[in-house]
Amino acid sequence: MSVRGRIAAAKAFLFGDSARAFGTLSLALLALLTVVPARDYFRDWRGVQKQYLQLIHGRNDAPALTRHFQGGVQQIWLPEIGVVDRCTTCHVGLKESTLTDVRTQPFRPHPPVPHSLTEFGCVLCHRGQGTATSVADAHNSSSSWEEPILPARYLESGCGQCHIQPLTGTPKLNQGRELLARYGCVRCHTMRAPDGTKRTGTDEPPSLEHIADKTSREWIAAWLRDPQAYAGSATMPNFQLKDDEIRDIAAFLIAQSQPYRSQKASEPAPVPSQDDAVIQQGASLYGESFCASCHAVQNAAGLLVGGNLGPELTRVGSKVKIDWLADWLRNPAIYDPASAMPHYRFDAKQIGLLVTFLSSKTDSDFTGTAKAAAAEPKQIERGRILVIERGCASCHAINGLKAPEDFAPELTEVGSRPLSRILFAPGVPNTLPDYIAARIRDPRSFGDTLKMPRFSLPQPQVDAIVTALLAQTARAETLPASMRIPARKPSDYRPAGRAGKLMDEMRCFSCHIINGRGGTMAPELTYEGTSVQRAWLVNFLKNPNTLRPALIRRMPRFNVTDAEANTLADYIMTAWQTPDFEGDASDDLRFTAADVQSGRELFYNKYACQSCHIIDQSKDKGYVGPTLTQVGSRLTAPWILHWLRNAQTLRPGSLEPVWNMNDADARSITAFLMAQKGAPVKEAARK
Amino acid sequence: MKRTGMRASFLVLCAALLTISACTRHSGAPGVTPRAFGTALVSVSGEKQFAGVGSQLEQPLVLQVNDAKGVAVAGAVVRLSAAGGAFATPREGLTGPDGQFTATITLGGAGGHYQIVASSPTASGQQIFMRVDESALGYQEMLGAKLNEIHCIRCHDPESTAERVSNMDNLTAKPHAFTDGAVLNPMSAADLTSIISHGGVAVNKSAEMPPYGSMLTKQEIAALVAFLRAVADPPYLAQGVNYASN
Ligand code: HEC
Repeated sequence: MSVRGRIAAAKAFLFGDSARAFGTLSLALLALLTVVPARDYFRDWRGVQKQYLQLIHGRNDAPALTRHFQGGVQQIWLPEIGVVDRCTTCHVGLKESTLTDVRTQPFRPHPPVPHSLTEFGCVLCHRGQGTATSVADAHNSSSSWEEPILPARYLESGCGQCHIQPLTGTPKLNQGRELLARYGCVRCHTMRAPDGTKRTGTDEPPSLEHIADKTSREWIAAWLRDPQAYAGSATMPNFQLKDDEIRDIAAFLIAQSQPYRSQKASEPAPVPSQDDAVIQQGASLYGESFCASCHAVQNAAGLLVGGNLGPELTRVGSKVKIDWLADWLRNPAIYDPASAMPHYRFDAKQIGLLVTFLSSKTDSDFTGTAKAAAAEPKQIERGRILVIERGCASCHAINGLKAPEDFAPELTEVGSRPLSRILFAPGVPNTLPDYIAARIRDPRSFGDTLKMPRFSLPQPQVDAIVTALLAQTARAETLPASMRIPARKPSDYRPAGRAGKLMDEMRCFSCHIINGRGGTMAPELTYEGTSVQRAWLVNFLKNPNTLRPALIRRMPRFNVTDAEANTLADYIMTAWQTPDFEGDASDDLRFTAADVQSGRELFYNKYACQSCHIIDQSKDKGYVGPTLTQVGSRLTAPWILHWLRNAQTLRPGSLEPVWNMNDADARSITAFLMAQKGAPVKEAARK
Repeated sequence: MKRTGMRASFLVLCAALLTISACTRHSGAPGVTPRAFGTALVSVSGEKQFAGVGSQLEQPLVLQVNDAKGVAVAGAVVRLSAAGGAFATPREGLTGPDGQFTATITLGGAGGHYQIVASSPTASGQQIFMRVDESALGYQEMLGAKLNEIHCIRCHDPESTAERVSNMDNLTAKPHAFTDGAVLNPMSAADLTSIISHGGVAVNKSAEMPPYGSMLTKQEIAALVAFLRAVADPPYLAQGVNYASN
């Protein structure tokens, strides 16, 4: 019989008449109906729960584990945060702390975290499909699975949905957010925290309005070609421009530049000396002025030495013009009123030495020696268009251009972007984290015409940024406001009056935090007026010395006059006071020799303060805290007393442990410390 | 006509078999051919690091292949494998002119110790092995690691960095590095919590170890203890663990 014949016979057998057809259909339906419960019977979780019972069988904690065990589908339902998680159906041992020896999933207990499973569920941090009851659906059944389980390396992104402030336990998330701010990502991409506040940059992209006074067209071109070739630490990304584009942008930037001074500087610019001895003197002055606290320079071994508050200066001689450099050293605010750099009040000779030293730091490999040919108007116009196209004005002030708004796509919800809306470049695995990482590592792999520049970041930094971006979820915005740990409000404290003007000139806030505003390089000074004695303060302002033997950074000397030091001290002694000491007037702070002696005992034996502090230069060696050889001439007795009880309330984040010292001990140690007068301090004449 | 069809299908079958065998050989056997052989694998750097779960270790792992005389061998094959989701990039390669092979290690998703197994074929067709330990820190251990960096490391780490000068030499009683499992493993969690909370005097040790009980929360001190346990070398094995009897 032919195949066709057989089919016809089967048809006749099954659907020959209406009764046969009905019977066949009913049988088929019955079969279908049995499939459903059968499929349910063979669900993954039944097998998993059976395995779990086998695992705990015979352990000595089995009775408790069995008592906790509940069979069947389990569910954590938290309507206010939109969580329906059935993960605990298979992850049976999550809450069993005695299972720490179990290394196999899905039975490992959850490692300790500050949040409870029953309050937060699973998917809020781990992602995945909470409602799924099969292993594949819950985690990821195929590539391009929406909302798969989050790889562990990005786990901290979960925390970032509620925690807007940095947390000690989430270094990667903190680092990622810091990088987003430091590399200025947030200047082109709008990024809001869940409470609606816009994330801001911490980089300070310089204004280009007067750039022709500062540098040359050749330097701009070399910089645009590869900013990291000029300074490895530069945060400006590589725009991967073609040579003619670079030429035209440089031509435009020079053409749009306007002089920053309406008249020439009153002093003539110094002529840099070629004499090695003079260069050496300049280098010494650079050291004495603590320029290295903020600026780094590459040493002979290629290592960066110095701080990162200001730009790296390894090749600065190839960049800046002598006139500009001299003017900048005279007072940075002339060129850039918002610069973080203090006004040092160098004299003409010092400026000459520093100009000599800095202009000797050249690198002919970087700029090359060729002079750029005069720019044609066509090139300048094309440069202007390129500058607009690339969004340069998002970061830099440029004459005649407004900062574009929302130059690049908003990233507030990038962490929950659906895969269906993403175009993957070839070779990139189809997951959201891989997509974001690839966009950061090599934006042009997604298309030659994309404008996003390339940031050359090592893998751990890319991971950190991806973590921070994955925290930008749509869910974070819909969570109840009560779950949000808000950001600290930025403070705009600005001291007024003559003292305020001096502090602004010396840029105290670039390094010190005072009343919530300022940098973190140096100690907080909010309560400095309560803490120190006036005579010491005046002397320190005139002639700062380090208080910590192991500290490399130091406060620069600003060449302040006696009168200025007194103005500053007056302000600090009255305005920077702690309100906490009220009602403590009863502390009797007149000490006897016996007090001092018992304080010495306590200092050295009971509290072993010498592990971190030096009192006697000949035998104490402690490095961590400030030297206390003259502490009796520096600090006030009430400050020391309160400091010994709880230093953290006076200066949060200090390394000093909270001693919770009893009153008698605190009083004796205060007596001992107040007796450490050191060499007498001469008070600067008041005007 | 039939015959040509059969011959064609036979050819296709042969071709398929050949491709399959070629493929299996490709995946099962080395992708790189050794140009030289050594007799010993030694670790140069990158051992015993720690990082957050799933993260890449900061320093690369550098291994060296030596010959019987202890001289570095260039062009020897090194292969790296690991369990638990950890992996090396690249997984295999040849040693460079200095006899060294460098790879970055990415840890798996669960906290704990990871063993990277390195192997290298010898001239006689055997394999030499070497094991390298790394650890992955979960949330709690990572918190401990950060608290250590803030509060403890200056006294407990003999190494200095550009940002931080070690204070260890200035102490009369010498603190131990937190990786010193030989000393710290025998100390119970209760003793560790006690010395961190109440200072050295709490357990008859030097007062140079300050008390942190009023400064750090209970959770933070637990995190420090978890961190010490996680980086201990030799590894810390939990006491009184309930292993199944069967
Ligand atoms: C001022 C220096 C100093 C600091 C800071 C310090 N320790 Fe110690 N620590 C010591 C000294 C000294 C000892 C040794 C005491 C002894 O052996 O008598 C010690 C001992 C210990 C011990 C006992 C094991 C050992 O090394 O002998 C532990 C645990 C410990 N410290 C934990 C910590 C932790 C956790 C921190 C941070 C929160 C910390 N320490 C901060 C000085 C310090």
